[in-house]
Amino acid sequence: MEWRDQGALLSVRPHGESAAIIEVFTAAHGRHAGVVRGGASRRIAPLLQPGAQLDVVWRARLEGHIGAFTVEPVRSRAGVLGDRLALAGLNAICAMVRVALPERAPHDLLYAATIAVLDALETAPDWPARYLRWELLLLEELGFGLDLGRCAVTGSRDDLAYVSPKTGRAVSRDGAGEWAARLLPLPDCLLGQGPASGADLAAGLAVTGHFLTREMASLRHVQHLPEARARLLELLAR
Amino acid sequence: MTDIPGDIEQLIELMARLPGLGPRSARRAVLVLLKKRGALMAPLAQAMAQVALSARDCTTCGNIGAGDTCAICADPRRATGELCVVEDVADLWAMERGGAFKGRYHVLGGTLSPLDAVGPDTLRIPRLLARVAEEGISEVILALNATVDGQTTAHYIADVLGASGVAITSLAQGVPIGGELDYLDDGTIGAALKARKRF
Repeated sequence: MEWRDQGALLSVRPHGESAAIIEVFTAAHGRHAGVVRGGASRRIAPLLQPGAQLDVVWRARLEGHIGAFTVEPVRSRAGVLGDRLALAGLNAICAMVRVALPERAPHDLLYAATIAVLDALETAPDWPARYLRWELLLLEELGFGLDLGRCAVTGSRDDLAYVSPKTGRAVSRDGAGEWAARLLPLPDCLLGQGPASGADLAAGLAVTGHFLTREMASLRHVQHLPEARARLLELLAR
Repeated sequence: MTDIPGDIEQLIELMARLPGLGPRSARRAVLVLLKKRGALMAPLAQAMAQVALSARDCTTCGNIGAGDTCAICADPRRATGELCVVEDVADLWAMERGGAFKGRYHVLGGTLSPLDAVGPDTLRIPRLLARVAEEGISEVILALNATVDGQTTAHYIADVLGASGVAITSLAQGVPIGGELDYLDDGTIGAALKARKRF
């Protein structure tokens, strides 16, 4: 078995004295693990930093084997190391992909969005809003896309202000009525309207966090979202 | 391997657990020791037994010393007000080899890694905060690895020390001595360019 692909490095673990086991999020092969021989060496270890874009060749005798990667660096994302918030964003993205996605299942749309948001960490000041939209897409890829197009109660497309914590459907202010206190606030930035303020981002991430927690508990038996995401939220709230 | 006496076999197995040694190289090392029993093996065994008894983790900084307080922490000339935070004892030894730093150290014992359940309390971060408050520290130098984990830990420490009013600095990142630009990765060149200085 052999294939070649590009991907973002998600994690590295030492394997014996000289090798490493890495996880890469690739376009055509999804989240995929493999051994890098010499991965702990002075030459290769600096390339194996989470977030780095790699060109990988995976070889194994059988499909079910963990296999071995040979890696070539395509792009380092070392530029984020000096930026506390961007580094927290990078850690959150890598951790979320690791815990949310099953192994070896391609998610080409999410892959493209992941690379775009990783690139934005270094170049786009509005990357937190892009990260929020990336989490929405992640929910969709997990099979629970939010339906924010119209009110679940009245069918109206106007004045959408809440999200049902059960169905993930938008609810308008009129439709919510006395149930408003039990619904999740829907910020404009989740509807793709206007710039996202800090409070809007927090409200948006609270919505995606609610559904991601629920979906990951049922699909992946993960009880808590990664600590790295909590750290990002804490820094964004400052 | 049945011809080898049990004691020697056990020694080979123990040696093979050391980094850089496999069963074959451990066997070679043990053979050398056996050939130089008087000149090498006995003094080595004696030194190892002595270090096993005397070596202790310094209760203040986490360095390895001969008592509860290591030589660096016990030396009043090192109380310069500068505290260098390193990941591991190996990093402390590397800094000491250079001889450029005259202050004291704090060994964290690793880096933050939520996926491996390594949090601030697992590391010696609470002890670091206590030392900054107790020892009249004026500057904390974050000498952590230029890796994602190392820098995540550095930012975390900078955050928790923010309210203390102490100066927080970190090692520079960029072109190593003897390094050629052609061989550097784009991340290092970018970091070096950001940290450029007036020439």
